[in-house]
Amino acid sequence: MDVGFIILILAVLAALGHVVGRRRALALAAKSGVKLHSLPGYYGQTVALFTAVPAFVVLVAWLFVQPGIVESRVSGMIPDSVIPEGGARSLVMSDVRRIAGGLDAVLARDGQRGADVPIEALDFNNIRGRLAEVGVALGGDVPSEVFEAAKAFRENSRTGNLMMTVVVLAVAVVLGMLAYRRIEPELRARNISESFVKSLLLGASLVAILTTIGIVGSLIVETFEFFQRYPAQDFFFSTVWNPQFRGGSDLGILPLLWGTFYVSIISLIVAVPLGLLIAVYLSEYAGPATRGIVKPAIEVLAGIPTIVYGLFALVTVGPFLRDWLAQPLGLGTSSSSVLTAGLVMGIMIIPFVSSLSDDIINAVPQALRDGSYGLGATQSETIRQVVLPAALPGIVGAILLAASRAIGETMIVVLGAGAAAKLDLNPFEAMTTVTVKIVSQLTGDTEFGSPETLVAFALGLTLFVITLGLNVLALYIVRKYREQYE
Amino acid sequence: MMNNISTTMTTTPTKAPAMNEPKISARNVQVYYGEKHAIKDVNIDIRPRSVTAFIGPSGCGKSTFLRCINRMNDTIANCRVEGNISIDSENIYDPKVDPVQLRAKVGMVFQKPNPFPKSIYENVAYGPRIHGLARKKSELDDIVSSALQKAGLWGEVKDRLDSPGTGLSGGQQQRLCIARAVAVSPEVILMDEPCSALDPIATAKVEELIHELRENFTIVIVTHSMQQAARVSQRTAMFHLGNLVEENDTDKMFTNPDDQRTQDYIMGRFG
Repeated sequence: MDVGFIILILAVLAALGHVVGRRRALALAAKSGVKLHSLPGYYGQTVALFTAVPAFVVLVAWLFVQPGIVESRVSGMIPDSVIPEGGARSLVMSDVRRIAGGLDAVLARDGQRGADVPIEALDFNNIRGRLAEVGVALGGDVPSEVFEAAKAFRENSRTGNLMMTVVVLAVAVVLGMLAYRRIEPELRARNISESFVKSLLLGASLVAILTTIGIVGSLIVETFEFFQRYPAQDFFFSTVWNPQFRGGSDLGILPLLWGTFYVSIISLIVAVPLGLLIAVYLSEYAGPATRGIVKPAIEVLAGIPTIVYGLFALVTVGPFLRDWLAQPLGLGTSSSSVLTAGLVMGIMIIPFVSSLSDDIINAVPQALRDGSYGLGATQSETIRQVVLPAALPGIVGAILLAASRAIGETMIVVLGAGAAAKLDLNPFEAMTTVTVKIVSQLTGDTEFGSPETLVAFALGLTLFVITLGLNVLALYIVRKYREQYE
Repeated sequence: MMNNISTTMTTTPTKAPAMNEPKISARNVQVYYGEKHAIKDVNIDIRPRSVTAFIGPSGCGKSTFLRCINRMNDTIANCRVEGNISIDSENIYDPKVDPVQLRAKVGMVFQKPNPFPKSIYENVAYGPRIHGLARKKSELDDIVSSALQKAGLWGEVKDRLDSPGTGLSGGQQQRLCIARAVAVSPEVILMDEPCSALDPIATAKVEELIHELRENFTIVIVTHSMQQAARVSQRTAMFHLGNLVEENDTDKMFTNPDDQRTQDYIMGRFG
């Protein structure tokens, strides 16, 4: 049965459970004369929750597990002989899945014509042509083993689906009945639905955490693959980045890391002072009218797509820096440079620093300012010596957020700084960053199993570890210097 | 209004000759918050080296008037002060007067303890630093320790001057704020309900401290507690609805006030 349909049935059952549960609670209370522990609606809710939630969990779990089981069973049916040379079993399996889907389509069409064809009657002859008629294109002729496997795949999936429908609905009905039977006026229905809400919230946070774990896990697996094919010390300590399509590449991360840090640091040098001054002006000096205009205007910067910044860097800032600084000073002739990307990225992250810092400075209690004014301090003394130190942990957090944004930025670097991996101090040289290289290694016609592609995951993991380190450092600073206002 | 002043004038008993010259004197002070007329024509003289308590129901303007004495109301956007307040016969609302300098002379302690998020030492050293009162580290050390001694906090904190001021208890924090104000060597200390956030024991310590500080400073204290006013002050002023109702010796005020409204307030009939 269709999953959407099952969910619909579950919803109907839950609604029904709510109604009958509520009615039963009221009836029992009226009969026994005992006051209900909770409002009648809560009794209905317990029945509804017991009906829908466990069944839904089973449904989701089943949907995750079933394809794996079916696949492993069917995959055993395919002999090595039908796997083309140089190909992978997974490719054949994807053929199997497509044929199985195609068979469904063929049968559905035949069914519409009135010809009730049993699956057994579908023979192997001209299967490619018949599948093509229903819009499933196959690359080559289908070996009979694959066709059999596809039939088995289809059978297995169908039985699996049927079992899933039965099990899910059974769970819903049985648990719903149990909950219904448990209803009595003393039942603490309110507490039960409360604990359901609690586990719902826990589940929501688990989704985020598990996703993170999943991402890191997949990064680690692929990185491990990479280090099987490429020596780790070359990756971490080689100063040459020179990928070759035919193998024998130099994949040293150092030039990329250097580019990343160089661009990020330039952008922070631009954004932090400007952002902080903006924040101080907005929170301490600007009147409400000015603030109401200036703050949203600055936040617009954060809403500009980074590719637009990239164009700005490419078309305006890059040539300007080249013509007015680099060439007169004899430092370079390239219009893409670290400085270009750094400047433009710095402008992009100004709102991260200014808006967050402004909020944080505003959160410093007025009492502290009064205390300082009361001692005869001027406004700027108060800001420098009382307000900013009190807001410092939050400001550090804002800066680190901006930094991680800068480190992860790709588009501005591609267009502003170029794609040449170089270790150089000259800010007018074109350089590139880790993120840019991740993109360029993963796109294009390279084989997935080669170190040239897998290096992207190693780069990603390194970047992740660096930003994680930054975040931990930020937390440590904030904890250590956090000031209690109260 | 004029009637009130004359009452005040006539009932003011003449004491020691040094007391004759008022430290602070306010004439026809009006305060407006936007359209709201918060202080109406207040006239008062405050004597040097004594404690004057401002009492009155909530919203009567006593804190507002207190904040006029060091021009803290300047920091509030739509607040306007009219009239004349002079300290040592110098009008503090004269355009030539720098409110920042004035506040070094007229210190303030606030309702809730508001130590800076710095160490105990830095809290006290803050004022002397910004006013350049110490040229050397040792001089600053002396100022800090003497201010903490005057605030009766030295014994409790001398071993942990580097720990954060916010880590102290509420009462200690408030005494730290008093030490902070004292460290600038002001002539007047304004206290805006300094004990309202403290427990009775901490309150007793602060009151004791106020008693000692009276020897060197002119103290004006706003309080909601009639007992506190009776305990710590020599003179008491009663505010109601922005008016100064009565200003009198504390002893007389709490036994035989001239004004019926004072009588009612002290007896707890309103407020």
